[in-house]
Amino acid sequence: MTGHFDDYEPRPATYDEMFDGADVRQSYATVREQVDRLSPEELRARSEYLSSSYLDQGVTFDIGGEERPFPLDIVPRLIDSQSWQRVEVGVAQRVRALEAFLADIYGEGQVFRDGVIPRRVVTSSPHFLRPAMGIRPPSGVRVHVAGIDLVRDEQGEFRVLEDNVRIPSGVSYVMTNRRALSAALPEVFTHHRIRPVAHYPNRLLAALRACAPTGVADPTVVVLTPGVYNPAYFEHALLARLMGVRLVEGGDLVAQAGHVYVRTTHGLHPVHVIYRRVDDDFLDPVHFRRDSVLGVPGLLNAARVGNVAIANAVGNGVADDKLVYTYVPDLIRYYLGQEPVLRNIDTWRMEDPGHREEVLDRLDELVLKPVDGAGGKGIVIGPRATSAQIETLRGRLLADPRGWIAQPVVQLSTVPTLINGRMAARHVDLRPFAVHDGDKVSVLPGGLTRVALPEGELIVNSSQGGGSKDTWVLAADHVLPDLEPEPAREGPLHPASKPVAEPAPSPADSQGQTQSQSQSQGQTQFQSQTGGAR
Amino acid sequence: MLSRIAEALFWIGRYIERAECTSRILDAHLQVLTEDPTIDREATCRALLAAMGVSHDGTYDQAAVLRLLFHDRSSSASVVSAIDSARESARRSREVVSTEMWEAINTTYNQTTSGQLSRMRPADAFRLIRERASMIAALADGTLSHDTGWQFLVLGRSIERVDMTARLLLSTANGAGGASSWQTTLRACGAHHAFTRTYRAIESPRAAAEFLLLDRLFPRSVVFGLTQAAACLEVLDPRQRRLGFGGDAARIVGQARASLDVRSLNDLLSDLPGEMERLQRVCVEATDAVTHRYFEGAVAPEWLGGTQ
Repeated sequence: MTGHFDDYEPRPATYDEMFDGADVRQSYATVREQVDRLSPEELRARSEYLSSSYLDQGVTFDIGGEERPFPLDIVPRLIDSQSWQRVEVGVAQRVRALEAFLADIYGEGQVFRDGVIPRRVVTSSPHFLRPAMGIRPPSGVRVHVAGIDLVRDEQGEFRVLEDNVRIPSGVSYVMTNRRALSAALPEVFTHHRIRPVAHYPNRLLAALRACAPTGVADPTVVVLTPGVYNPAYFEHALLARLMGVRLVEGGDLVAQAGHVYVRTTHGLHPVHVIYRRVDDDFLDPVHFRRDSVLGVPGLLNAARVGNVAIANAVGNGVADDKLVYTYVPDLIRYYLGQEPVLRNIDTWRMEDPGHREEVLDRLDELVLKPVDGAGGKGIVIGPRATSAQIETLRGRLLADPRGWIAQPVVQLSTVPTLINGRMAARHVDLRPFAVHDGDKVSVLPGGLTRVALPEGELIVNSSQGGGSKDTWVLAADHVLPDLEPEPAREGPLHPASKPVAEPAPSPADSQGQTQSQSQSQGQTQFQSQTGGAR
Repeated sequence: MLSRIAEALFWIGRYIERAECTSRILDAHLQVLTEDPTIDREATCRALLAAMGVSHDGTYDQAAVLRLLFHDRSSSASVVSAIDSARESARRSREVVSTEMWEAINTTYNQTTSGQLSRMRPADAFRLIRERASMIAALADGTLSHDTGWQFLVLGRSIERVDMTARLLLSTANGAGGASSWQTTLRACGAHHAFTRTYRAIESPRAAAEFLLLDRLFPRSVVFGLTQAAACLEVLDPRQRRLGFGGDAARIVGQARASLDVRSLNDLLSDLPGEMERLQRVCVEATDAVTHRYFEGAVAPEWLGGTQ
């Protein structure tokens, strides 16, 4: 019998996650063996099961008014335990640094005084929201949920593509993909030890409850959705259902005298934590867009008084800004005293005259991204653009250099994908989801693997014709040694972050340390908090 | 319970029941139209469409009935549009509706949009809808907590059932079909079997009317539906245990049931069309009262943004 992967061709100059040249990588050996036992008809039937079960469950998205099942590929994407440990530690590290950064810029602004990032970079970001200045969220958590987008470069190393600490979406697909694929390929499943993802809603609920305003014994959590017509409505409903909390729309909530209530058939009930999936701009018409009917007038004032926790916090968008992204490695060194575990993609800042000159000469070989774009919007890939597009781009860059960054074209790694009955190499990325409860950053072992379905396409967003794969993080056969980030080699340190190696404090100054820890909201507890890989 | 969710569940109950009743009505009537050589086809179609509240310009024939009451998405009385609306309500209350119930509704909806339904023989399509509706209702009863939300769902279902039975009785009373048309009506209410078991196979319009109006044990009779609706309303508003009725809806429903209970059958049958029209009005008024009492909080307050 011929195998499904016999005439599979990896793409040139690209890291293929399943094949190293003609040889299958060890972690994928069992997948290949098991999938090869299926006849082509059987494989097609299983693949069709995936889409029909998604149609029945309503896991769909609209294309021009027609509902299509969310595309899920039959071949899983595997990540071995060692690579995953790096992702886990690196993502947690990044979330901690961004958390500290947001607390700093919406608070004292020490980072500007120490010259780590220019003040104008932050204040010129459209997502830096002055109404959020001085708001201290309960437990000090602003990034309750983070989705840091990662890619694997030509050497197979995980690199950070962008940060997403506003309202990262896609975690529902992580859970539904797992259920659908385990029903479609049970025999492949049983031959692996795959770390589970189904506990995500429990983790999320625990984190949200942990971040409730102080003094509330049994906090009420709600999920705030823009409504049925939002493309991510399925996810909002799924999370609300699995957490067992109310799914509310703006009109269901009312803010009175610094408290937020939900309208029920038996009157108003107080709400303590709002997991909101509504953008900052629409959240509170008192402070932001006046014409918004999706939000709750007075919500931000209630948050300022501390009677309600908003997750994620208002104003986080500044950390997603792609110009701020270029400073994140420095921010990690500054706040945590560590070298970044996951490297950024090399990036040119268009607002820097030197960088700009270099980029303008090489527009046809680089990728240009708007700093506040999400969902792959506005990205120009130089080698694919026509000369007319390049000239338009040049004009736009010169008009608004703050609005753009440039990166080399990264050939994202590929994984075999079933296209028209044949296995073909398609580019993928990875969005791991991290939940921060104020004490521990836990990274869901899995994450959303998005696939660019057209051949050679590098943009994976589902709005641009992307599909997905179930992501299997394999359990380790033995206990892995802890992965310690290296201490920072250069740069200033935040006053609260101490050098990692320090003699045990004597009783006399341990009190002083406790104080500084509470000021820095636990940044120095990093070592004990990254042990989740075991 | 959120007002918005309560409203969605109430309407899921109504729409699913409407789809089931309508397909049962179509099944019975289309069979008569095909088999009975004595009836006036056009008049029967006209009466049926009028009873279902559909106005229509053009020829009155089997195809028009099938289109307007079954396949036409834009006709508000059609089965397909009821399924559409039920799914839309379920989507709005997705976190309250159980997964199994949602999937049953969604699969039914997918069958209507994929064209599968229009390719089936009509009789098979009617049976499919009846079975799916029963399944959805059973999943609602079997997988949801019987809390306030479920009470709203059952309330909607009961009111719709009363409304449908009243419409059918009205159309039969207006027609001049005699005994055979009462047989059709019994079958359209799914009551033929139960009626025959209770009254034997007698051909009595009076007995049929009595059964469909007043039988306390048959779940599709008017009295049964009103009793169930009243029970739901009492659970929803338990504050008035000692003194009369809690709200307008309970009063309206209770009055209608009492009037059926205490009056003699002769009295009722002397003006059956008038009685049935009154019953339909009761359903409308009860729905309005429930909407006013429980759902109106769902309407978003208007926000006048600052001075702009």
